[in-house]
Amino acid sequence: MAPPALDIKGLQAWYGESHVLHGVDMVVQPGEVVTLLGRNGAGRTTTLRAILGLTGARKGSIKVNGAQTIDMATHGIAHHGIGYCPEERGIFASLSCEENLMLPPTLKGAGKGMSVDEIYEMFPNLAERRHSQGTRLSGGEQQMLAVARILRTGARLLLLDEISEGLAPVIVQALARMIRVLKRKGYTVVMVEQNFRFAAPLADRFYVMENGRMVEAFGAAELDAKMPVLNELLGV
Amino acid sequence: MGLFNLPNLPLSALLSQLLLGLVNGSFYAILSLGLAVIFGLLNVINFAHGALFMMGAVLTWMGLTYFNINYWAMLVLAPLAVGLFGVLTERLLLRWIYKLDHLYGLLLTLGLTLLIEGAFRSAYGVSGLTYDTPDALAGATDLGFMFLPNYRAWVVAASLGICFATWFVIEKTRLGAYLRAGTENPRLVEAFGINVPLMVTLTYGFGVALAAFAGVLAAPVIQVSPLMGQNLIIVVFAIVVIGGMGSIMGAILTGLGLGVIEGLTKVVYPEASSTVVFVVMVIVLLIRPAGLFGKEK
Repeated sequence: MAPPALDIKGLQAWYGESHVLHGVDMVVQPGEVVTLLGRNGAGRTTTLRAILGLTGARKGSIKVNGAQTIDMATHGIAHHGIGYCPEERGIFASLSCEENLMLPPTLKGAGKGMSVDEIYEMFPNLAERRHSQGTRLSGGEQQMLAVARILRTGARLLLLDEISEGLAPVIVQALARMIRVLKRKGYTVVMVEQNFRFAAPLADRFYVMENGRMVEAFGAAELDAKMPVLNELLGV
Repeated sequence: MGLFNLPNLPLSALLSQLLLGLVNGSFYAILSLGLAVIFGLLNVINFAHGALFMMGAVLTWMGLTYFNINYWAMLVLAPLAVGLFGVLTERLLLRWIYKLDHLYGLLLTLGLTLLIEGAFRSAYGVSGLTYDTPDALAGATDLGFMFLPNYRAWVVAASLGICFATWFVIEKTRLGAYLRAGTENPRLVEAFGINVPLMVTLTYGFGVALAAFAGVLAAPVIQVSPLMGQNLIIVVFAIVVIGGMGSIMGAILTGLGLGVIEGLTKVVYPEASSTVVFVVMVIVLLIRPAGLFGKEK
């Protein structure tokens, strides 16, 4: 059996002096779509950032496709097959749309990513606007670009931080379709989402965070039964 | 003599000052380009740039004097040696201060400047060392309306070539896209799997190699001396302020343009030639605080 795409045990992380993750445990199997829920400041974004070594000091164990990455430099971790879409999208203003798309290098340890043609087929807007400055694109286009560029690299584990944030409902629906397509293509997705109604129908499993720890973990089938708890934890 | 004696000015004097301005402008352009590239990625104001320019020139002189290595070989070897020195400097010193305020980078590189200049001064004193123009570029070409000194023409051509090549790599290639993206958000670029620390090291090495390249070009036209960088670097900093830190092409054009303005001021009102750059700086700062090509924050 293939090792989990992501296997986190006892992860602690700091930003400078402040201790933000207090022992996170989480397992994601290949092909799963997993959503991290929680209030603002619960540590969801920090968990994604800590996986890539973007926080300060880290302790614990993070295995990506079976490989221990806790002591690796950020650029080394990515090559184990991770694609990262940050909060605020991280589109580069000094690069054109196409340069943004082509920026992330093909990952060494990963499989073959989507070709540029496939990506433009999936996101026709980006093809039209390929020569525009990255930050001149609309919010929705920037979000598409932020996801599209990590599909090119061969990454199979996608960490998506608040991709639906601040976007029009029609764009959010398009993103939901995109996640379903990615799932069908066998991608593993870990999402941080504020928008519960966007995330709920997409995810196979949910983790709920509070104060830098996982406090709940359950599958999609249990979602209805868990709603009272979620209401209390998240105020949804 | 009147203040503005432009109308009865001989054309050849004007043209030769223009050429001199372009030569100085070439040095300004290469140096401010290197400063801009380094500041962009490292957030370090590299005060040592003048000293490394000097190092390039003195190494050129040393190469010929001690090892009989000619100008053309030193045009490659001196930037390589200084670039390697830069790589070590970044790895051993600069790396530790990125998280601190800009001021610390300035102080550290100022300290380096004093060390480097002090070392060369104790070895060679402050009087200039002479370096002859390479044979192939000695003499001048008669253009009909003026004599064009070959070496000066070469300095301008070589500088423009290296500046354009650098601009092309940064603005038009994939490597340049890494650099531009790294300037904006280095952590994210690293999260994509790009070895940003290595890129930072090489960028510093490249930036100071540019300074050394300018130093080699300068050896036959500016008197080689351990203090030659000091005179230049203050003007170059003013030029960087005028151009603004945001743009590669901005650094190049501002450097060349101010060299020319300085040269023309020498024709019109020589007394002002050494201050004109600072006058321009004041005016630009009043009108566009971020510099001509800089981005307002």
